[in-house]
Amino acid sequence: MNSHRRQAIERGAAGAPLCAVADVRYAPPRRRSVARRKATDLVIKGFSWIGASFGIAVMGFIVWEVVVRGAGALDWAFFTQPTPQDVTSSAGGFANAIVGTIVITGVAALIAIPMGFLGGVYLAEFGRNGRIATGVRMIANVVMGVPSIIVGVFAFAIIVKPLQHYSGFAGSVALAFIMLPVMARTTEDILNLVPNELRESGLAMGAPRWKVTLGVICKAARGGLITGASLAIVRVAGETAPLLFTVLSSPYWMTGLFGPGGFFGGPVANLTKTIYDFSGSPYPQWQELAWGGALVIIIAVLGMNILVRLLFQRGKQW
Amino acid sequence: MSTVELDASPSTGAPRGAAQAAPRGHRLRLGDPIFRVLATACGLALAVAMFGLAGVLVYNSWPAISGLGTSVLTTVAWSPVDHQYGALAALAGTFLSTLVAMVIAVPLALVIALLLVELVHPAVARVVGTAIEMLAAIPSIIFGMVGIFVIVPFIQDKLVPWLLSTPLGSLPGIKPGAQFQGGGVSIFTAGVVLAFMVLPYITAVSRDVLKMVPQVTKEAGYGMGSTTWEVMHKISLRYANSGIVGAVFIGLGRALGETMAVAFLIGSLFTSLPHSLFDPGTSIASLIALTFSEATDKIQVSALIELGLILFLITVVFQILAQAWLRRVQRSTGGRA
Repeated sequence: MNSHRRQAIERGAAGAPLCAVADVRYAPPRRRSVARRKATDLVIKGFSWIGASFGIAVMGFIVWEVVVRGAGALDWAFFTQPTPQDVTSSAGGFANAIVGTIVITGVAALIAIPMGFLGGVYLAEFGRNGRIATGVRMIANVVMGVPSIIVGVFAFAIIVKPLQHYSGFAGSVALAFIMLPVMARTTEDILNLVPNELRESGLAMGAPRWKVTLGVICKAARGGLITGASLAIVRVAGETAPLLFTVLSSPYWMTGLFGPGGFFGGPVANLTKTIYDFSGSPYPQWQELAWGGALVIIIAVLGMNILVRLLFQRGKQW
Repeated sequence: MSTVELDASPSTGAPRGAAQAAPRGHRLRLGDPIFRVLATACGLALAVAMFGLAGVLVYNSWPAISGLGTSVLTTVAWSPVDHQYGALAALAGTFLSTLVAMVIAVPLALVIALLLVELVHPAVARVVGTAIEMLAAIPSIIFGMVGIFVIVPFIQDKLVPWLLSTPLGSLPGIKPGAQFQGGGVSIFTAGVVLAFMVLPYITAVSRDVLKMVPQVTKEAGYGMGSTTWEVMHKISLRYANSGIVGAVFIGLGRALGETMAVAFLIGSLFTSLPHSLFDPGTSIASLIALTFSEATDKIQVSALIELGLILFLITVVFQILAQAWLRRVQRSTGGRA
């Protein structure tokens, strides 16, 4: 704040004011007619409205475009058949890819949600404003901004390279890495909303810290915690870049856990990479399947977002 | 003492967790340290993960850093067959596409944030704000698909011919190279789509910062007879100045590292520097995305990881700057509000 002041004073030398309020008061008088000022005001307001409508229109346009192009592909076969092996076979769907994405994202969630949750508990309950916790918080914020492709490179280097083969698991680790800071920071924010009296009364009852945290505080905040976890899952479910060279993709069903077709053993079919490959193919029927896949992702991601927001708005006592 | 509590807790209707506060005192004393250590370990795991990531990137890019020297950053030749890995074109493409994105996204995000905070009814603001935040939830690959099937044809068939027919077309850096297909798949297109991908982030942060401007300060402005716009730009924007800088940094970090949409749209031209915004090019992230899984040569993999390391460092710097700016704002407004 001090440096703010100083800057303001330095600016003040050029005739500008010391603080925002004074700004209006001491602004050098410029003779502008009221009509002109009102016109400027109106123009700017117009721009704001146009800008906001434009932003929303773009969003609507993208969703609309995907719906129009993808709706035709969503039939029974899409959800029951595996991806077509070659162009000549007309039958084919994305079933194996959908299953693969659910498994990969699910395993990522199993890794990241408990860890992220406990990390958030540390930040909110134990670390608080200590030096270490502040550092961890800062790092979590920074990790959230690391491009997902780099996380993919990381997972490649620590899993794919030593094991000498691609695997669904490598993709799960990459996605878990992306989820971890999101989950931790959301948990922290939500736990911080729980009133301190609740903590104190729990402790005053003689309950140990961990029981107060899990049984009282987290219970009180469970709506928010579930929201946070779901949004973290949804956030990574649509990721493509971290899967490009960890999971790759496959035209087959995943065959159990190990072995070349299994989760730990080899490439696994997944929605986003398959969409990427198919939309870049020259065959119209494959492109249509890709749009179908895009529509499935949009429905899942936006649907989940809206659902969770509705639930959260309702349970937003804390 | 503990028996008294045990008797009391069910009758006060305390949550079940507390009521179950088990009968044996000393068993509980172990629970606490374990829980504490577990939580702390998970918190520290975040930091370890970040430093692990940096370490792994440095370790794996070392062959390229020591073997290729600075040629990765200073030369344009990208030819795995000849073992040449100059990624200057990727650096140029990354910065140009980000620049285009920011030029479009920042003013748009600012007017939207001002509208949400100052002009509309809070209920409307919430709906509009949510809709724009939803943009952030749409996966990158979908932006890429819509971009390639819809926006590319529009820019190629409508925008570029129109631009070239106006005086703007004679400016340097506008006319697409003759050997390329009319500017559809280009750095500019990638930038336009990037703009909409980072818009929600910049809007959300600027909105939150603008909300922190104290109502009294604004009312003082209105009291002096200022119009809404005058209050906005002389009070709100000035007050929220550094917070908005933080918002822009966050958007910048996102735009620099965005991969899939750019990989679809930028044209994947690795071997020459762009002469025009409407020329194809490549970005660091899309170069990695498109060539990594085909890279067989060890030094190529290493060079790509080195590029990843550079991108990582750039985004980390922008993130840290953004956090620092925003923290400063919070502290200063927290003091005043």
